[in-house]
Amino acid sequence: MAQTLYDKVFNAHIVEQLGEDTLLYIDRHLIHEVTSPQAFAGLNEKGRKVRRPDLTFGTMDHSISTRSLALDACGPQNKLQLQTLAINCEQHNIELYPVGHKNQGIVHVIGPQLGLIQPGMTVVCGDSHTATHGAFGALAFGIGTSQVEHVLATQTLKQSKAKSMKVEVSGSLPLGVTAKDIILAIIGEIGHAGATGHVIEYCGQAISELSMEERMTICNMSIEAGAKAGLIAPDNKTVDYLQGREFAPKGAQFDEARQYWESLYSDDNAEFDAVVVLQAKDIEPQITWGTNPGQVVGVNQAIPSPDDFDDPIEKESAIKALKYMGLEAGQTWDDVKVSHVFIGSCTNSRIEDLRAAATVAAKGKVKSDITAIVVPGSVEVKQQAEEEKLDKVFIDAGFEWRLPGCSMCLGMNDDILQPGDRCASTSNRNFEGRQGRGARTHLVSPEMAVAAAIQGNFTDSRKFEA
Amino acid sequence: MRAPERFNRKNEQKRKIMTGFTSLRGKAAPLDQANIDTDQIIPKQFLTGVTRAGYGKHLFHDWRYLDLHEQEPNPDFALNKDQHKGAKVLLARENFGCGSSREHAPWALADFGFECIIATSYADIFYGNCINNQLLPITLLSAEMDALFAAVNEDPSVEFHIDLESQSVVVGSLSFTFDIAEHHKQNMLKGLDAIGQTLEYDTSISQFEAARPQWL
Repeated sequence: MAQTLYDKVFNAHIVEQLGEDTLLYIDRHLIHEVTSPQAFAGLNEKGRKVRRPDLTFGTMDHSISTRSLALDACGPQNKLQLQTLAINCEQHNIELYPVGHKNQGIVHVIGPQLGLIQPGMTVVCGDSHTATHGAFGALAFGIGTSQVEHVLATQTLKQSKAKSMKVEVSGSLPLGVTAKDIILAIIGEIGHAGATGHVIEYCGQAISELSMEERMTICNMSIEAGAKAGLIAPDNKTVDYLQGREFAPKGAQFDEARQYWESLYSDDNAEFDAVVVLQAKDIEPQITWGTNPGQVVGVNQAIPSPDDFDDPIEKESAIKALKYMGLEAGQTWDDVKVSHVFIGSCTNSRIEDLRAAATVAAKGKVKSDITAIVVPGSVEVKQQAEEEKLDKVFIDAGFEWRLPGCSMCLGMNDDILQPGDRCASTSNRNFEGRQGRGARTHLVSPEMAVAAAIQGNFTDSRKFEA
Repeated sequence: MRAPERFNRKNEQKRKIMTGFTSLRGKAAPLDQANIDTDQIIPKQFLTGVTRAGYGKHLFHDWRYLDLHEQEPNPDFALNKDQHKGAKVLLARENFGCGSSREHAPWALADFGFECIIATSYADIFYGNCINNQLLPITLLSAEMDALFAAVNEDPSVEFHIDLESQSVVVGSLSFTFDIAEHHKQNMLKGLDAIGQTLEYDTSISQFEAARPQWL
């Protein structure tokens, strides 16, 4: 029977079939300070060991400062959490990349960068943006802390098979439109909960033409459509990306692995439970106007009216969102001023994101009343950017150049906004209060974020790229 | 002499997990809104803890309090209203618990006193986290939710009788049944140690590991 990519990866990891549940083997377990301490405490209480410390990797990213390497830079609670991770990793023999280590960075940036994530793997992490790693054709999904404990103890998880959804983006992407715009347009199309219970496979010409880092941006926000995971079938770009990375297979093993990777695609006649098709030529730079990522429009569209929605729940959500966001129906984007710009997060903090942002930053200066920060995704990204002198471009334009971490995406450190602040953010969530109580978040691409910093209000970034 | 609060809470959690969830009788609090995300349920500034206890006081912080220090309750927020105090059931709408995977969300709901949520739909990760914490997530149709909200709005003290074995919600003259996957039901009913259960398959796991390619 014809199989989807999801079927193939899922089936290759079945340890036992337990009624409706499947005991699934986990190839990579990534951990960080926020969602792991209670899991280790649970293990320790019962005297259980970590089954495969060699398949488990930790980093510090959420609770750390982007101005200082000191663990207590954001207060004693954050310090305790970071120290707890360090102690747990040491006690259980787990490789940890603490603040200051050359491999440290946002968990979803360092995993791929180190070659830890390979096609066909199962990957979990106590973090919903684990879907990022689906860019490699790995089945990657976020889990809760009880499940983190379960994986630590058994290297398996009980899982039910999800439904499958194919999202095809046909044709080539217009110039100046980015992977971020594709995924925001998809979420706008299917809705914030449109893929709940599904694993999405992204395909089509526009997806094939993306780089690996752009594919990570797409898969990263699968959860924002409610999906369990997002997948893209591996191709030559995937293989080239992995070649030579620290934890990727070497020599003959690489060739053996490659043969397996080449078998990972959805068969021609494979059936999906749902199919969505978008035309790439119709996508323009996107901006979210509301308080969930599905509330999004193109930069040249006006802010919608609640009356535009037939569904009573969507209508109600729109009324509430416009009020929280301080926007009015029919307003155009050049009428919306920003106070803050954040470039970073597991969605858009990789070297290609910073290069794209720097291209626009070189065309102007950040408006004097705007605070704009650039937070690279990892130490390696930061070093690479500095070698290319991108840091100078940002600093000259008026941006602050920070240390790697999750930063203002969720503000578990001191990178938080005040009530009423309005931020053009390259992150992934525009929920009420996400970046600070009463603060207003607009999700955009790196180019659009920089264009807003230079212009003072939202504007089509393509005018700076000509 | 009173034992320290933390000690009590820990014991309570253990007891609950050992006994499982069979049924409950109690009031419900209405939160008539779709897409309530886990950032809203428990905001990031409360995620720096290293234990599972004590998140209830910060539940719905931004909506529940007018100030940052949790001194001024928002009188308009449902959970602050006298008639909903002591509710064991939370009513919500579609896509409840979307967003971040933080298990702190069900920990906060349970610590506050909720034992059951009834909503139109849930985000996947949140749903699993509830099951793993003995917080029963019941899914009902939109029209059934309308009826439950109306019942609570009419009489906030109306008793909800929830029975997991028969998969039923009875409120006055209203009676609905709900679906739940059999393995989730059994986990909830028996309060089993999921890790202990899986460790019984240790031989199968070892066999699987022996067959994995070396490059993994």
